[in-house]
This record gives sequence, structure tokens and C-alpha cells, in this order.
Amino acid sequence: MILVIAEHSNGSLKKSALELLSAAKSLSEKLGGEVVAALLGQDLSGAASELAKYVNKVIAVEDAALADVRAEPYTTVLTNLAKELEAKAVLVSASKSGLSYSARVAMRLDAPLLEDVTSLDVEGGQVIASRFSYLARVTETVKALALPIVISVKPNIFPVAEASASGTVDKKAADLAASDDRVKVGEKAAAKTGRVALDEADIIVTGGRGVGSAEGFTKLVEPLADALSAGIGATRAVVDAGWRPYSEQVGQTGKTVAPGVYIALGVSGAVQHLSGMNRSKIIVAINKDADAPIFKVADYGIVGDVNEVVPALKEAVSSL
Amino acid sequence: MKIISVIKQVPDAEARIRATPTGIDLDGVTFVIDGMDEYGVEQSLRLREGGLDTELISLALGPKRFEEAIRTSLAMGSDRAIHIETDEALDPITQAKVLASIIQEEGAELVFVGGKEADWDSAALGPAIAEALGWPHSDWTTRLEINDTSLSVTHDSDEGSETLTLPLPAVITTQQGLNEPRYPTLPNIMKAKRKELKKLTLADVGSPSGKTQVLKQEIQTKSRLNKVVQGDAADAAKELARLLHEEAKAI
Repeated sequence: MILVIAEHSNGSLKKSALELLSAAKSLSEKLGGEVVAALLGQDLSGAASELAKYVNKVIAVEDAALADVRAEPYTTVLTNLAKELEAKAVLVSASKSGLSYSARVAMRLDAPLLEDVTSLDVEGGQVIASRFSYLARVTETVKALALPIVISVKPNIFPVAEASASGTVDKKAADLAASDDRVKVGEKAAAKTGRVALDEADIIVTGGRGVGSAEGFTKLVEPLADALSAGIGATRAVVDAGWRPYSEQVGQTGKTVAPGVYIALGVSGAVQHLSGMNRSKIIVAINKDADAPIFKVADYGIVGDVNEVVPALKEAVSSL
Repeated sequence: MKIISVIKQVPDAEARIRATPTGIDLDGVTFVIDGMDEYGVEQSLRLREGGLDTELISLALGPKRFEEAIRTSLAMGSDRAIHIETDEALDPITQAKVLASIIQEEGAELVFVGGKEADWDSAALGPAIAEALGWPHSDWTTRLEINDTSLSVTHDSDEGSETLTLPLPAVITTQQGLNEPRYPTLPNIMKAKRKELKKLTLADVGSPSGKTQVLKQEIQTKSRLNKVVQGDAADAAKELARLLHEEAKAI
């Protein structure tokens, strides 16, 4: 069987959960075995019944110690489930937390890890995946040399699954060890309320140094992003200048994103930035410097002053 | 207390990588210490400068060329280094086992690992080392304080950021924001040449075999339309919106 860990937040499933289910379904057709989806957390009934519309078997593991996504309790629950159900593959979203606990699960199961994959296939009973390397400049094809395997799946690549099941929900105890509670969570700060998370966004509007100031973001970037229901990104220069938080940084030391549309405003296009966004389906650049490297990777561009073009673009998209 | 920083050497971000039929060609590429690893070295130095009695050790697993990156960490201020030299491209889980065995042998209590490596684009090494050692870890760490036998950190979560406390020994994976790494000074670069660099081979650590195999590497090329929309700001913006809506069907 294929074990899927469905991410959820505030009682509902994340888009990544539905992407994992479609990846797991195609993998199970090639590898054999059914798909089982696990939910970890507290008060899971809402998310569990939602999940049962997509998959025949849901396992809900409820425990106060799972209320926050912490690598160690997650690792214990997932390795126990994988062993008990004799999983051939454990699929996890390559979110910040997923990248972290999937590595621990692979180590504890002594299993190969296929990390941040963008496609999955099976040849001769062995799982083969594509993934990016060298700051997303290279696509590599990697084969796992044994089963079971742990796979973290890059968000926004696989299609979302269709709601075509009426599955059952089984509850299971977490069965945690004392050592799973070593890391204590204190204060939490939400990234940016009311806007779609960068790694889940279909459209991203990013501002670079050319936006001019923190006020420039409020005046130019935010209204356009809101008109498009887009996430907001920033370049390293902008974050270093303190105009925007690290959580919005796209690039080598920030997030790697691949949205449907990436709109770069006043972004010059340094390699470190391009590595974080060059997999976007469509790239749009607005910059007053016609020689800016960003235009080389752009599908559509306007050479012009962001202060004039961006408000006009916001009006134009609002009236579509 | 011993602190170990795990070091990698990676192509410079600006370096041109070429593809060959057998994989990528790194010949003539400029290599540097992974920027993510510098944050760890810097943080260990700051802990010492803050009064902690420590020995700072750099630990690396990779080909001979890694020596340069190791020397950079010694020039920043690490006391000595251990280099497990191999040309084999082992996967992160297998590497983590090897590195964990050295960390255990050294009796280190705090380990820094880069949050995401600039060659594999992998974030697995730090958590996997922690798991192999049976230690807790904090990933994507942007702030770190040490209080006797525990750590207080801030790290990025899926939803934003949160503070954590965790007991030592522990693994910390670093990222931008943790600190501003120093540049090695010339006298320290000279001094670094005389610092101990212990060499080991994979045979010394049990000749592990990898769990994955890279079959193919290709340079990512996506052809772009490169359409520059002309006209004054208002007209160009209107035309761009139309193209995105009607031609690209993207908004």
C-alpha cells in the first residue's frame, strides 16, 4: 500500500494533500496496493470527512502532542503506520515541515528518500523520480534502490485529486515515546494573514529593489496581488533592506516556487533569484532597464516605470 | 563542549553549469563553501565569543576539492577539521549515517548543518543526522540562544515562524537571517593552513552503499516567449492583461 500524509490547517485540507493523493494514485497503479491517507493532529473530524471524499481509507491519529507539526512525534506516528500497514511508499508534501520529518522517517525506516520530486514512475518494480538540483538549474532522474521508500512531493506540480470516493475513517492512537516531546513550541507568528501562501499560490507577484521602498510594496505590489488573489514574493535585496519578511523571499536562500504566473516587478533577475522561480509556467517582467536579465527568462515584459505600469496593470486586470 | 559544523563545497551560484550526455559538467566551475554552511560556522564562533567554552570542528564528506571549503571554515575560525574524502555521490540519508558516526565518536553536543544544500537542493541532511543520533533538531533556524543545557530558537514553520526550546545535544539547520557570516581575514587565512585537517576514507566508516542512484542530469531549459509589450504605460498594461487572459489563459 501507499501511505499519504495529508496536510491540513484550521480544520481543512491543504491543496498539497489533494496533490499527494493524485501522485499516490498513479504510483499505486504501477506499484500495486491501495492508497491510505493519514491525518495527524487534534480535532480532525472535519478534515477527515473531507479527506474521505477522495480516498477509500482514512486513518486519523488524534493526540494533543500532534497539535503542532513537530518532526519527532510525526516521525514516530508515520514510521509506526508504515511498518504496520507494510507501506511500499510513504508520500509527504515537500513543505518546510514535510522536508524535515520525511528525512527522519527515511532514516528511521532505513529507507531511500526521494526528495522534492516533480514526477514519479516505476520501472522494473523500482521507483524513479525527477527532481531539481543545482539551485533548480538541473533536472535529475533518480532511482530508489529498495522498497519501502519515502517521497516528498513538490507542491504545485501534481494535479489535485478528484472527489470520487466515500471512504471510511479509522481512528488510531498516536503511541508516542517520551523523547518525542523534547522540542517545545512557544510563540507563533503567522506569516501574512489573508494572503495565499507562496508555495500554494497559482499567481505570485514579486517586488524587487525597483519597487523603491516598503511603501512601494503597499502602494504597488499589494494592490496588484490582491486584484489577482496572488501571493507576494520579494527578492533578497528587498528582504535585506527590511522592506519585507524573510518568509516572502524567493530565491536560493528563500523559497523555490513554480506558480502558473510569476509577475516580477522591478526585479533585475540575479541568478540567486532566478533559481527560485525559473520553473514558473509563465513569467512576466516589468522593469525600467531593458537590459535586465529578468527579461531573458520572461514570457511577457514591459520596459517601463513600475510606478506607472503597475497601477495601470492593476486596473486592467480588475476590469477583465 | 564540542560544536561541529557540517561543511559542503558547491558551485558558485553564478557559475555556468554545462550538460553532457553522461550528466552535468562541473569542469572549470568556481566552487565555494555552501553559503548555508557559513551560517553554522559563524553561529558557533559567536557562541564562543559570547563566553561558551567550546572546541569548534568542521566536518565534511566529499571529494578532495572540498578541502578549499574546509580551509575557508578554518579561516573563519574553526579549530580543526575532519574530511571523509570520497568521489562517490552518496545520497543524503547514507551521508547522514556516516556523519552521525563521526559526530558520536567526537562526542559533540551541538551540530550545525546548512538548511538546504546548493548542489543537491536537499534539506534532508540535518534532520537525518539528528534522527541517526537520536537527537532533537530545529530546522530553518533564524535565531539561536544557548541556556546551559538547552537551546531557545526561532525557526520558520509552514505557517510563519515559531519559537522552540529543545535540550542539548541537538542539530540545528541554518538559513539566511541567523547571522551575517564574517569574511576570513588574511592573517586568519594563513593561520588556517596550519590547523589540523584529519583525513578519513569511506572504508574508515564502514564503506556504506547508497540508497538511490542518479540516472540522468539535464540542464533545465524552458523556452520563453520573450514578448516585450510596447506602448505607454496604460496601453502596455492593458495589452499585457489581455495577453495573459486570452493568449496565455493564465489569469
